[in-house]
Amino acid sequence: MSIAGASASAPPAAPRLELEGISKAYPAVVANDGIDLSVMPGEIHAVLGENGAGKSTLMKIIYGVVKPDAGTIRWNGEAVTIASPARARALGIGMVFQHFSLFDTLTVSENIALALEGDAAGAGLDDRIREVSERYGLPLDPRRHIHTMSVGERQRVEIVRCLLQEPRLLIMDEPTSVLTPQAVERLFSTLGRLAGEGCSILYISHKLDEIRALCQRATVLRGGKVSGECDPRRETSSSLARMMIGGELPHPRHHQATTRGDGALAVRGLTVSAADPFGTDLAGIDLSVHGGEIVGIAGVSGNGQSELLSALSGERPVDDGAMIVLNGTPVGRRGAAARRALGLAFVPEERLGRGAVPEMSLSDNALLTAHRQALTRRGFIRFDAVRAYASATIARFNVKAPGPDATARSLSGGNLQKYIVGREILQAPRVMIAAQPTWGVDVGASAQIRQALVDLRDEGVAVLVISEELDELFEICDRICVIARGRLSPAKPARETNAEEIGLLMGGSFIGAQRVARSEASSTGIADAN
Amino acid sequence: MAWLSPFLAAAATLAIGFVLFSILGKNPFAAFYVFFVKPIDNLYGFGELLLKASPLMLCAIGLAAGYRANVWNIGAEGQLTLGAICGGGVALAVPDGAGAWALPLMLIAGAAGGMVWAAIPAWLRTRFNANEILVSLMLVYVATLTLSLLVHGPWRDPEGFNFPQSKLFADPALLPNLLTGTRLNVGFLLALGVVFAAWLFIRRSLSGFQMRVAGLAPAAANYAGISARRTVWLGMLIGGATAGIAGVNEAAGAIGQLLPSMSPGYGFAAIIVAFVGRLHPLGILLASLLMSLLYLGGEAAQMGLALPSAVTGLFQGTLLFFLLAADVFINFRLRLIRRAPAVASARTVAAA
Repeated sequence: MSIAGASASAPPAAPRLELEGISKAYPAVVANDGIDLSVMPGEIHAVLGENGAGKSTLMKIIYGVVKPDAGTIRWNGEAVTIASPARARALGIGMVFQHFSLFDTLTVSENIALALEGDAAGAGLDDRIREVSERYGLPLDPRRHIHTMSVGERQRVEIVRCLLQEPRLLIMDEPTSVLTPQAVERLFSTLGRLAGEGCSILYISHKLDEIRALCQRATVLRGGKVSGECDPRRETSSSLARMMIGGELPHPRHHQATTRGDGALAVRGLTVSAADPFGTDLAGIDLSVHGGEIVGIAGVSGNGQSELLSALSGERPVDDGAMIVLNGTPVGRRGAAARRALGLAFVPEERLGRGAVPEMSLSDNALLTAHRQALTRRGFIRFDAVRAYASATIARFNVKAPGPDATARSLSGGNLQKYIVGREILQAPRVMIAAQPTWGVDVGASAQIRQALVDLRDEGVAVLVISEELDELFEICDRICVIARGRLSPAKPARETNAEEIGLLMGGSFIGAQRVARSEASSTGIADAN
Repeated sequence: MAWLSPFLAAAATLAIGFVLFSILGKNPFAAFYVFFVKPIDNLYGFGELLLKASPLMLCAIGLAAGYRANVWNIGAEGQLTLGAICGGGVALAVPDGAGAWALPLMLIAGAAGGMVWAAIPAWLRTRFNANEILVSLMLVYVATLTLSLLVHGPWRDPEGFNFPQSKLFADPALLPNLLTGTRLNVGFLLALGVVFAAWLFIRRSLSGFQMRVAGLAPAAANYAGISARRTVWLGMLIGGATAGIAGVNEAAGAIGQLLPSMSPGYGFAAIIVAFVGRLHPLGILLASLLMSLLYLGGEAAQMGLALPSAVTGLFQGTLLFFLLAADVFINFRLRLIRRAPAVASARTVAAA
């Protein structure tokens, strides 16, 4: 029995999608264990769970990327086998992934044409793109190249690409991680429109406030099983958290900063042209972090964060040494090893492949950056000392690993991140930089990592955190600034600002004023990287 | 599977050899005996086995240090030649009554010569991002022609009946014999020592560790502040030094003079040895013995079975070919699946 565009108030309608007893196991972990789920037509249904609970696997099963080991899937009442994404699309299921698959060098219309079947991608596609994108409040110019677009705009392309195939079920995987608060509101109104027209929406997230604002029903996953079903509008964040992790959401103990250490990081007029042709140039970044405070840099991804981090860590030295001053010494031209010797520690955004070597053991990975901690003698490795250091890190930071000989890639994301953070902290740095410290990390480990950063601050270390999660920044930072299009806004004390103000800054509202002030202030003018 | 694949490759090579000998009209079992068993069934043959394995393991261990760091030195043959030229040049200046200082000086000269030759691709790579594979390979031919120039011209033995060869080295400039009844000389012990030293470096020193990181995860190496330029220099120079020592060993050991050709392709065969040995010192030791046996077998097959000289190169190439093929199965698994209607098709599926 199929229902076309009916609203949820029609008499006993079959669920649009019904999952019964879905299970999927991998060699190391049971990702999904007997999951039941049902989504009515026109319903916005949240799938809630922390990182590692099994949400992604379940969505991949629905979209035909992964085959379940057991269980049935019913579409409009009929049992179906979804053998591939093409089959899912033919049924009417669309999915917007967290990580986009768009070609930077092609236009919007060319990217969309790649996904559509033969004749639908012919003449008139541009007009259809314009019409559909306007109708749902996500205006797009079909002839723009992807590389000129911001992350939020690219997400619109992904959504419009799905909408052009007239889906009856739309799956959205963590869509708001790349959006400013204002863009999130626009997205929610679009989704509301879609639901009103009878399209069901599966909304995957771990952000409780958003789910409570948007969704009508929620299925909560924990450890691969369904731990609860509810109407999120009637629940509180605490009750949802209890279903999600079995307890309260932990908050770090955050006192007023008291110790003022001597470590300091000062950035003056940092201007860097991006290495990647599609990267973001940095223009005149001014920042200072002194010992005993945590400064946070907010911003949607793709606005220069990775370029800033490479310049600060020494992975990509800059030409003018005075642009970056570490503990009073200009270090702009020096490499990462020299900066570490001066007391800098750095936790990068990518764990595997950059923060740690995946094939090597935890001991070897300790040696990667901590070799100055008496781990070598006359150029030869002291294996006992290395193991002891690794074991100490594992013990002190609650890393769940079989031991220091476990390979880095055998650890879960959260545990590996704890290990990397711990390895850096145990080197007793005077300045610590952490990039996306809790990205893809489960709630428990996130809380421990944030607490570790706060404890570090209390010892007088200068801490800089770059993150896309506003909640995290407001939780632990003393001062917050925003990076947008390669420029940095002035830092404000966290208590004197709020998410909405930061959201406006993330859209780049400070850039015009900054440009005017700079060109007035200097006689020669600062070279504009744009 | 990583340790099984060299054995699988060896087995497959033997199977190909079986077929090959049959096609060429020889009894395969007799051919195998002549090829693999007869060369080493006496003391002299055993000495030859170790003698030919020395330059192979010397070159291979140096190359392996670089390969682990993604530094692709293909010019070991040229570095070996330069080592022979420099070490041989010193040897030609050593008078008959010289003391024990002669050999160490020659070895140092040989190693230095190999390092200088390897420094050229290293410099071009770090300064101009020139591909070291191409540069080191092309320098092989430059080295060979340089040697040829020297033995045809300034270094030709005046009493050599106009043959392109240098004077025979004086006794103090020759490596002492190790095993009477064979040609095995002290160079073999030197080779073992170098392999051991290289193992110490790769596994136990911080520099060796950093080179391994650079090969496994370049972004992590950059993050840790490991200098990519230093890695390239170290990788090339180590390979050059060991190949240079191999060159001196050949000149002052088995050959005793400088000839237009100092090596039947040891530098290139060492690349195969390095990979068959999984870039690991123990594996390289065993693989160099296997490769040495292929050399001896090829010579024996030419004499005893009237097979062409290409048979050696054929076996060596086949071994590498099957090794690379077997390596695919370290990360992937072959799975036959049934597709409806009952037609089976083979597909490789990523192993979980």
